[in-house]
Amino acid sequence: MKVTFWGTRGSIASAGPATARYGGNTASVQVMGRDGTCVVLDAGTGIRSLGYALEDAVDRIDILLSHLHMDHIQGLGFFGPLFAPKVEVHIWGPPSATLDLRARLTRYFSPPLFPVQLRDLPSRVELHNAPDVPTAIGGLLVTSATVIHPGPTVGYRIEEDGASVAYLPDHEPALGPIGLPDDPAWISGFELASEVSLLVHDAQYFPDERATRVGWGHSSTVEVAAFARRARVGRVACFHHDPAHDDATIDRLVTEVGEAAPGITVIGAREGETLEI
Amino acid sequence: MAQQPIELILFRQLATNLAVPVFLVDERGDLVFLNEAAGDLLGIRFDDVDQLPFERWATMFRPRTPEGELMPAETLPLSLAVLERRPAHDTISLTGADGVDRTIEVTAFPLEGGGGRLIGAVAMFWERETP
Repeated sequence: MKVTFWGTRGSIASAGPATARYGGNTASVQVMGRDGTCVVLDAGTGIRSLGYALEDAVDRIDILLSHLHMDHIQGLGFFGPLFAPKVEVHIWGPPSATLDLRARLTRYFSPPLFPVQLRDLPSRVELHNAPDVPTAIGGLLVTSATVIHPGPTVGYRIEEDGASVAYLPDHEPALGPIGLPDDPAWISGFELASEVSLLVHDAQYFPDERATRVGWGHSSTVEVAAFARRARVGRVACFHHDPAHDDATIDRLVTEVGEAAPGITVIGAREGETLEI
Repeated sequence: MAQQPIELILFRQLATNLAVPVFLVDERGDLVFLNEAAGDLLGIRFDDVDQLPFERWATMFRPRTPEGELMPAETLPLSLAVLERRPAHDTISLTGADGVDRTIEVTAFPLEGGGGRLIGAVAMFWERETP
């Protein structure tokens, strides 16, 4: 299984020389199975470049949306395969108690926000609720679960032959007065992340930044380190970089997470980087 | 223990910070959390009891009508909320684990998630002031 980061930024794209190393595009991560199965986690602005890279390489793509905030769907309208008639695109997203996924995506895929209607896309688009039981997508086994973040939001776990990746790009497991509970059954996202080879996790803030943003749905260095340790993960990729953080600041943040999570390899997710799991 | 649904996790987080007594059960009706204020009224601490099956908590406080008639477990407001998936309110006299008799007003309601999935139910209650 190969994991490639096409967009690592949170909240809003932040291109420029100060963010060139970790990248300025918003969330989009490609997971390629050994049999060629192509799954894309989120459709932030990073997915546009992935579309060019794929060209005619696949005839089916599964896009797994964690939630429908703009930084996770904004690139969808610029994803080339959606405009290719021969491609089958399956879009999976968190269930909502009120509107189905089509109705919610149509808010973006319609004027005045976007000129093309969802129903007019040339590709064969199918929409699904994110699977809450392990579900095979090609050679990959995918599970999702709702996690703490404002609005319907899920995290994903993807497995293949003993290798596993958990993707929790926007996650505030320590929300509330008790921080991370002692009992793992009460920790948001724990089951998804438990003992995964690679945890791609929200690490947007330093502790002093989160102190004034409690309830915004994101983690600080302290929480991502504690969560990774409790879940006994192999490796952590700090993700959803704050748009105000330049490369040097993210270096410092990643170091801080590493110091708080001894024994776990901690990296900062970098746009264009591929990890072999 | 299996992972709890996110709605229960969030409600527990909220209840932890409330001064109003809160009693939280899962979709089977088993107690999964009570906050400190509820513990004070019932004479127990959650750390001491952890989780309690429905059959246990629904009888252990000897719930009675204000007239002193024992109330069957399935007629309690929280039982109605989880078994019949509807809000319910009642006045109940009970004997806490500390041996103290109290009369409380209970409001209970079901917790339903996306697609109408039953997740559990919540009871919030208040000690009735003696006239």
